Amino acid sequence: MRLDVILRVTAKLILPLMLLFAVYVQFHADYGPGGGFQAGVIAGATLILYALIYGLGAVMRIVPVAAVEALIPLGVLVYVGVGVFGILAGGNFLDYSRLAHDPVHGQEWGVFLVEVGVFLTVAATMLAIFYALAARGRG
Amino acid sequence: MVLLTLLAATTIGVVRVRNLFAAAILTGIYSFLMASVMILLDAVDVAMTEASVGAGIAMVLMLGALYLTTTDEKRPAHTPLLPLFVAGVTGAVLIWAVSGLPDFGSAETPVQVLGPNYVERTISETGIPNAVTSVLASYRGFDTLGEAIVIFTAGIGVLLLLKRAPSGGDRAK
Repeated sequence: MRLDVILRVTAKLILPLMLLFAVYVQFHADYGPGGGFQAGVIAGATLILYALIYGLGAVMRIVPVAAVEALIPLGVLVYVGVGVFGILAGGNFLDYSRLAHDPVHGQEWGVFLVEVGVFLTVAATMLAIFYALAARGRG
Repeated sequence: MVLLTLLAATTIGVVRVRNLFAAAILTGIYSFLMASVMILLDAVDVAMTEASVGAGIAMVLMLGALYLTTTDEKRPAHTPLLPLFVAGVTGAVLIWAVSGLPDFGSAETPVQVLGPNYVERTISETGIPNAVTSVLASYRGFDTLGEAIVIFTAGIGVLLLLKRAPSGGDRAK
């Protein structure tokens, strides 16, 4: 479009790495710093950067508004679902020990699922706020 | 010390500068400095959050909001005495509250007394070597659920306030 070739090429190089880093932060949180919140923010920032350079329409084709709005509550529901599953399995709310055969595995699964829930909510919220702001500017 | 001096300088800059674009950039710089302070304090998780949220997302959102308005601050319509009073009292209360905290590096603080307990338990009970993650997501899972709901509420609130009616609707104008 305009004279932003450098921006576009750099973004193309950096975007996959950013997304990969988000995934790394998400799944490596058991061993290193990070977790659902940080990973969600990084993933959200990746998509926002994409939107800044390639335009809002390009991102909305990948992640439609309806999907974002569905993902915000879905993350919380995943979290609460893990908690309620603990009750149904005969334990307390958010009792991860019941998720697998032995308590330690259950804890790992519980933490993993809960972090996924946080990731979904955070990433979707960041994107939703950006969509809401950016869409105003266009009209 | 250098970082804290830079922090103070940036804060004064944010207050003094009247161009909102410069102010937004300065808050981003402030966040990066704050993240560096957190790294010095060995709080890598907090530093990561501060850098990505404070310097990244918040700045993009501020610039996005600036795009919708003008970039120069208007002259205040009222005298700044009442805000000055409120800020002064709040600051005084905060400084007074700091005197109630345990000394920096003291062995009596809750984190020093209870922390080793979690560090010892985390591998045998959860199989997760990073105690920060196991405390956040497992031992304090309820708190984290609250945080997720806070973000959910914030997102819904922003959508309610800012989202326009689907194409064709003119209600938001």
